[in-house]
Amino acid sequence: MEILVCVKRVPDTAENEIEINSDGNDIERDDLVYSVNEWDNYAVEEAIQIVDKVGGSVTVVTVGDDESEEVLRREMAMGAEKGILLSDDAFEGSDGKGIATALKAAVEKGSYDLIFTGAQADDGAAQVGGMLAAMLDYPYASLVNLIEPGDGKLKVGREIEGGNQEINEIELPCVLSIQTGINEPRYVGIRGIRKVASVEIPTLGASDLGLDAGSVGEGAAKVRRVDYFMPEMGEGAEMLEGSTEEIIDKLIELLKAKGGLK
Amino acid sequence: MAEVFAYIKHEGGVADDSALELLSAAKKIAPGANVTAVVTGNGADIDTVCNAMASAYSAVWKIDNEALAYPNAEVVRKALVNTLAADSIVLLPHDTFGMDLGPGLSIKMNSAFVADLVDVEDSDGAVLKVIRQEFSGQAYTHVTCDISGGAVINVRPGVFAAEEAAATGAVVDKSADAGDLSAKRKYIEIVEAEAGDVDITKAEVLVSVGRGIEDEDNIEIVHDLAKAMGAEVSCSRPIVDAKWLEKARQVGTSGKTVKPKVYMAMGISGSFQHMGGLKGNPFIVAVNKNPKAPIFQVADVGVEADILEFIPELTEKIEEL
Repeated sequence: MEILVCVKRVPDTAENEIEINSDGNDIERDDLVYSVNEWDNYAVEEAIQIVDKVGGSVTVVTVGDDESEEVLRREMAMGAEKGILLSDDAFEGSDGKGIATALKAAVEKGSYDLIFTGAQADDGAAQVGGMLAAMLDYPYASLVNLIEPGDGKLKVGREIEGGNQEINEIELPCVLSIQTGINEPRYVGIRGIRKVASVEIPTLGASDLGLDAGSVGEGAAKVRRVDYFMPEMGEGAEMLEGSTEEIIDKLIELLKAKGGLK
Repeated sequence: MAEVFAYIKHEGGVADDSALELLSAAKKIAPGANVTAVVTGNGADIDTVCNAMASAYSAVWKIDNEALAYPNAEVVRKALVNTLAADSIVLLPHDTFGMDLGPGLSIKMNSAFVADLVDVEDSDGAVLKVIRQEFSGQAYTHVTCDISGGAVINVRPGVFAAEEAAATGAVVDKSADAGDLSAKRKYIEIVEAEAGDVDITKAEVLVSVGRGIEDEDNIEIVHDLAKAMGAEVSCSRPIVDAKWLEKARQVGTSGKTVKPKVYMAMGISGSFQHMGGLKGNPFIVAVNKNPKAPIFQVADVGVEADILEFIPELTEKIEEL
């Protein structure tokens, strides 16, 4: 099974305070640590586990700048054999469709049975996998949390509302967006990354991919981010202030009043 | 003006909550436009849903086919592509179904796609300006979308109030237009979530833990606090993904829907998927070291603190009572 996993380099914002920059056109990124999008890490792990079972190889691909190479190397240290970096000024300002267009061209340069994306990334749109599949005319399933390879097809489970699972049978080749929790991604140490430090990662631009620059980037984008902002919130929570002891005393009184203590 | 459609999710003859929310959203996206409900399905259920929608929407398109008995996104996509004009504006709920359908539908209709819309800023029929969120709700963005060639717009569930205006829409049978509905993905079955040993849906008080707990070994302090309060322990998704607590304790759209009196959100940022599982207007206490965490917008009382330090002190004080 030849598997391509589409990954993205994103800032780790799970436990960090996000600030908007003074121009309002981006978040303050200087103090943020970047790594691979959490969902993509599960996708790479799943691909490696499938290849361990049925043979084949895993390739990771990303659309990004030179710094995205480190993310590809991290995933190669997990066990992906090859990395491909799609990088070109022409990709700047792409909307989801622009990114999917670049990935489609990369898919067509190879021969893959199975393509994974993470279920979503930092912009929360959850769109590239479904777009890519439709462009390729491959079947698609999103939010996948179970994969059982079969003959020319897969049994896949999708996570749906209420923790239920929707089981489908899907023909190969196909595109799947992978949900977190499907597996336990392996740890990657510094030694593992060093091992793949010298593996060559080809960089492909729009012309290498046979793409008309007008089909990607800001010019092609029907959907454009204008700015970032923090809305004026209503009152929000009443923030308890004071020493920890004072806060706890106040909180306990509130909990008593609301039936929170038995 | 392009035609505007809202896709109606339904099950067992009952329309999803999103059905009338999409009508409200449509009226902001395309003011003055007639909005048509599209109902796909098979058998008696679909007629029940169509008739219910006709009392809210000015028109209802029914697409009845055996292949649509279960809403397999690939089959629904084909039915919509074959039935709707390419420059249509199609609204879907941004839930596990809409995420499955929307992006691919936009490609096949050669139209723009807007994911997870939370509000509409402005619309002139050609350019739509909307509000979205990024970074799990920690930053908002204004996004413009060229809808002149049509659009698929996924609307976040629960943010638009259900439209209450009455209508007397006609139900139009479009089943004959559905065309070829063969698919490379086949629906097999739904596997229900395991019940688990705990039932957090019945708990009056929940101590709920999120990413802020940092390590599996720290989960113990949450159990201690819950015990002191006479509460049950619940959690957000990352805790289940890490397998630190069982799935049956997860609150959220992909977990359990709970309706406690008091909800202690400990180190939970408050993504909309998490909050979607919290009903019944509980008293929410949020403790988080990030003062910008979205949870503080919806909580009643907030404490800016590291839960690893705060929880043991709170537990101790409660035990002394």
